[in-house]
Amino acid sequence: MMELVCPAGNLPSLKAAVDNGADAVYLGFKDDTNARHFAGLNFGPAKMSEGIAYARNKGTKVFLALNTYPQSGGWPRWRSAVDGAADLGVDALIAADLGVMDYVAERYPALNLHLSVQGSATNYEALRFYRERFSVRRAVLPRVLSLPQVQHLVANSPVEIEVFGFGSLCVMVEGRCILSSYVTGQSPNTFGACSPASHVEWKDGRNGLETRLGGVLIETYGEGCNAGYPTLCKGSFCVGGNTYHALEEPTSLNTLEILPQLQQAGVSAIKIEGRQRSPAYVSQVTRVWRAALDLCASSPASFAPRPEWKAVLDRVSEGTQTTLGAYSRPWQ
Amino acid sequence: MSKMIRLSLGPILYFWPREQVLSFYEQVAESPVDIVYLGETVCSKRNLLRTDDWLEIAARLRGAGKEVVLSTLALLEAESELKRLRRICANEGYWVEANDMGAVQLLQGRPFVAGHSINIYNVKSLSLLAEVGMRRWVLPLELSERALTDLQDGRPQGVETEVFVYGRLPLAYSARCFTARAHHLPKDDCQYRCLDYPDGLTLATQDGARFLALNGIQTQSSQTCNLLGQLNVMRRLGVDVVRISPQSANNHRVVEIFRRCIDGELGLDAGSEELARLMPVGPCDGYWHGEAGMKQTADSARELLGS
Repeated sequence: MMELVCPAGNLPSLKAAVDNGADAVYLGFKDDTNARHFAGLNFGPAKMSEGIAYARNKGTKVFLALNTYPQSGGWPRWRSAVDGAADLGVDALIAADLGVMDYVAERYPALNLHLSVQGSATNYEALRFYRERFSVRRAVLPRVLSLPQVQHLVANSPVEIEVFGFGSLCVMVEGRCILSSYVTGQSPNTFGACSPASHVEWKDGRNGLETRLGGVLIETYGEGCNAGYPTLCKGSFCVGGNTYHALEEPTSLNTLEILPQLQQAGVSAIKIEGRQRSPAYVSQVTRVWRAALDLCASSPASFAPRPEWKAVLDRVSEGTQTTLGAYSRPWQ
Repeated sequence: MSKMIRLSLGPILYFWPREQVLSFYEQVAESPVDIVYLGETVCSKRNLLRTDDWLEIAARLRGAGKEVVLSTLALLEAESELKRLRRICANEGYWVEANDMGAVQLLQGRPFVAGHSINIYNVKSLSLLAEVGMRRWVLPLELSERALTDLQDGRPQGVETEVFVYGRLPLAYSARCFTARAHHLPKDDCQYRCLDYPDGLTLATQDGARFLALNGIQTQSSQTCNLLGQLNVMRRLGVDVVRISPQSANNHRVVEIFRRCIDGELGLDAGSEELARLMPVGPCDGYWHGEAGMKQTADSARELLGS
């Protein structure tokens, strides 16, 4: 049975995930050692101990994300984050950087190591490297493979595979996208955030409300339109005389439709994106996915997503729409 | 005395007609670059040249005295792509540039180059890759002079450092082809539209600023990264190789300007002025200075100085 891995941006979200049926939650420290380095988010040491105890008590695993790339000056911070995680006894560490993984493998060989999506491994030769060098047990796949490619990769993978099931959609291969730092100086790899809020501006312009990132116009909203967050790759731009969402629309990934195929392929876990979202989001999404995974496990042949599931997920999606993303060839 | 910085030409990132590629490398054979990276690194559908064709060009360039490195795909998704990768990695004659950890896995135990899309952000990563055979690495594009200084301080023996100093910056890779999307075509029936855009397809903001260049599944900066003015700093930091990324026009003039600056025949300011005329949308150098990559710091400094 596939494991359900849910986001916990803070203690209320962690409890929401645990209470609604997550098999595992993932979380991070309150600094740039993880890829959701947002103000007001994540865990200090006390809250983290409390969260881990709460999850343990209900039989839910805890994964700690340490998935950014330390530069020389930052190394002590990452090292103490690894040490802290090992002390807390988390069930797995999710890492991306070669140096961090090397340290974990050498210092804490018994600690489960997962390759983060930020590690950017899209093929089984790369996975073999991480398995052989660092004894990585599981890898989270970037959102770039079609369903047949995922099936082929799982069949040849030396490690367990976790894939994204639902949430905000990265259009680019994770871990190798520097669009955010091109515009703001800060990227997921270096700073733990994409399109960081500190560089966002909202301003009334000639054609409506303008949103900018690092001074670059990302979107213009006419009267009556709901303004969204200016994530760089989801803006409207002009190419060849046309103005449109040149890279991707504001939309979320949703793979409910292909759940039986993912299960059949041997995928080990489904990840829900959204540590930056509210506890209400985590409750609703976890509940839907718990029900879906249970149904898929018990009757894969007749499995079909229920309309009420889709209604719940659409409501909490970016732009209130969802896509299969790269899993579906036409999307590419 | 420090060694002379060598000049490299990166792989062609665009899809050019076969004849154009062949004549481009005929010129490269005569040009004053030291190292040439060859091969398709962006999209496996671009098949006007096969691996054997690239090997033929490699032999021609080696005959002309160039060091040749075979470069590989950055985003590996299909088994057919791994198959081609294995063949390149198993070649007996040339070093290979790994642009994905899958290639690193296949190249372990032999000398290889780690391209700029291999994430090397700290000395531990550098040392680990050196242990498995890496002999040269290219600084990740978003890292600064300060980061490079730290990395150079801890650089293992026998490893050379290369910096991308000129060209449109490859910023991202996707499963989706944005050039096909611009033409309302699915990737599987892209009709090779990349052939129409020898330097990428310009993406502008709604207020008219030229912002990015779409190059199939790759997204690039529309500005040209130019670090010519930093050559002396790089020499001081012990940088071994500086890389120029090919453009369809004026490539050989760019190479010549860098060559003359490296050889001390042309001043860096004069060289920069000449280069400024050759960039389609102007320069950027922000990453090097620890700022947003699209920023142009050198120019604003010059404006402040009133020159």
